[in-house]
Amino acid sequence: MSGMLGSYLMLAAILFCLGLYGALTKRSAVIVLLSIELMLNAVNLNLIAFSKYGVVPGLKGQIFSLFNMTIAAAEAAVGIAILIALYRNKGTANVDEFNEMKR
Amino acid sequence: MESVYSQYAWVVPIFPMLAFLVLTALGRQMKEVGVWISIVCTFASFIYALLIFIERVGSNVEDYTKGMDWIRFGGVHLSVGFEVTNLNALMLVIVTFVSLLVNIYSRGYMKGDERITVFFAYVSLFTFSMLGLVISSNMLELYIFWELVGVCSFLLVGFWYQKPAAKAAAKKAFIVTRIGDVGLFIAILLLYVYMPEHALDFASIHNVFTQPDALAAAGIGAGVTTLIGILIFVGAIGKSGQFPLHTWLPDAMEGPTPISALIHAATMVAAGVYLVARTFDVFHASPDAMQVVAYVGGFTAIFAATIGIAQNDIKRILAYSTVSQLGYMMMAIGVGSVTAGMFHLFTHAFFKALLFLGAGSVIHMIHQQDIHQMGGLGKKMKVTAWTFGIGALALSGIPPFSGFWSKDAVLAAAWEGHKGLFVVGIIAAFFTAFYMSRLFFLVFTGKPVTAAKDVHESPPTMTIPLVILAVLAVVSGFVYTPFNSWFGTWLEGTETVEHANYAVMAISTIVGLLGIGLGWLIYRKHAISSEAIAGKLPWLTKLLANKYYIDELYHAIIVTPLRAIGGALAAFDQWVIDGIVRGVASLTLLTGRASTRMQNGQVQTYGLITLLGCVLLIVAIVGRRLW
Repeated sequence: MSGMLGSYLMLAAILFCLGLYGALTKRSAVIVLLSIELMLNAVNLNLIAFSKYGVVPGLKGQIFSLFNMTIAAAEAAVGIAILIALYRNKGTANVDEFNEMKR
Repeated sequence: MESVYSQYAWVVPIFPMLAFLVLTALGRQMKEVGVWISIVCTFASFIYALLIFIERVGSNVEDYTKGMDWIRFGGVHLSVGFEVTNLNALMLVIVTFVSLLVNIYSRGYMKGDERITVFFAYVSLFTFSMLGLVISSNMLELYIFWELVGVCSFLLVGFWYQKPAAKAAAKKAFIVTRIGDVGLFIAILLLYVYMPEHALDFASIHNVFTQPDALAAAGIGAGVTTLIGILIFVGAIGKSGQFPLHTWLPDAMEGPTPISALIHAATMVAAGVYLVARTFDVFHASPDAMQVVAYVGGFTAIFAATIGIAQNDIKRILAYSTVSQLGYMMMAIGVGSVTAGMFHLFTHAFFKALLFLGAGSVIHMIHQQDIHQMGGLGKKMKVTAWTFGIGALALSGIPPFSGFWSKDAVLAAAWEGHKGLFVVGIIAAFFTAFYMSRLFFLVFTGKPVTAAKDVHESPPTMTIPLVILAVLAVVSGFVYTPFNSWFGTWLEGTETVEHANYAVMAISTIVGLLGIGLGWLIYRKHAISSEAIAGKLPWLTKLLANKYYIDELYHAIIVTPLRAIGGALAAFDQWVIDGIVRGVASLTLLTGRASTRMQNGQVQTYGLITLLGCVLLIVAIVGRRLW
């Protein structure tokens, strides 16, 4: 049974790394947001895997992942709202152009 | 008998100190008044010193010592205090008297100088230091005043600090005497280690070193005694301008002339002779140390006298003469006669102060120091010429002037058992008489050469000290003659039998007259041409005129290597030490620059760096676990 845990964790790690790679390299802000969602879901996967196959199985992990999804939805809504505002101001969704935080 | 005045002997140095403090605090506002403050304070000191002296002369007064704790922690116990003995009562009178005359004289000599009050403040401090040195009751206290004397000579030699030569001379005087001071300091440390209960006062030193039992009980072997004696003498060599540390004394002529008189007669150079006389018990316990003192003194006497022949600067001739006479004093102490040494110091103080003040009077008038630029001044400056002549005769050792009696005492002491030194002393006496007659005839007789117009006698404030000193240069010798040994008995506290040594007296007189006669023939009658002699022996003339190249030698073997080492160390400091410091600084700066560049506003870059940091952290944690 515990053999299953390794596979889930591996899948979650791969998903997380993909998300991380996307978040750090993609120039389009939309893709970056998508990548962040990917990372969050990798974490959700981890939580569920542990709640099922972990040392102390229980419902806590599943509850947590539900919370996560809710917050991820809220975050996506806020993120896209900011993105639209930025796009209106700068006329682009390119992350490289958003460097107002410099200095 | 109970001593009355000696109990308050500490007031003697207090007066000049007071003058120094007042002049330093309020000096700038008062020109003439400041001068008077200094004169009056020194006069008060002199009067009190004279009272002590008269009291001690009049009756057989016990030595008076008073001390108090200064520092006491653990086993270390240092005290301060003062002591009055016949020896330092004599010194108090000499120092205050010469200082007083120099004060009065300087009023005329330094008139119109911008910093005249500063000058008098320094002179007062100088007098204070020397008086403190004289009445100190222990070695450490003496050492403190010893250094103060050194500082004052530095200040006064460099008084005209606008002149580069004066600046260099002041530094030289300070540094060269410091070499000797280190010797003295090591001697004090050795005494501290070896003396029972770490006592440093002169009474204990006397008690230990005069009793072989006490010496053995304290574990002081012959080697240690000799070492201490020689190290004390090294201190005296530095201060009293003995070979090989004599080089600073002629250069110190860059200071104002009254200061030369003060340094040469009463304060600075007398300190060395006084120190050796004061710690004579240490030398007495070690025949080897005595030999060193005697031979260094004898060598210095003849060595400096020969240099004096070939110099052309009036003050430098007198300076080398002082070096030579100090050699006599050391020689006398080295052959075992403290009395002869101190007696020569006593008479020398008067006639050397006289000669310097006389030279100052000449320089003041014609602003020249080269004796070939003078001549015929005797007619215009009668008082100066006469008094200078008396001083020269006294220095040359012609009877009945004081120098004759004291030089005779020195030579008679050398005659007993040190025939070699006696011969050296006689030859040096011949040279002394010769260069003094050369000096006198070139400056005061013959045709006037000087370009200066309106040469006249100096003001009374300068000539009166000359006259007083001239009288003393004549009569001061009579306190200790072969027919009247009062001085020796009084100074040493025991009955000394002085038997007249007519052979010595005759030889020294004849030699003195011969020297003067030769000088008269060459420089007055021009019967023998000095150029012809110089032409026959060009190498010798050159050697003497260049003072045996001692300065050049020191420059080559000491100054240059030290400069090289200094340069190397400075380079090490500049490149290696500073290099490390600057390297660390620039590394930090570069790191700062690099991290500034990362802050480019790109969220993705920040994220990447955060990731890298996380990875590094994980690698570190995991790596440590695997280690």
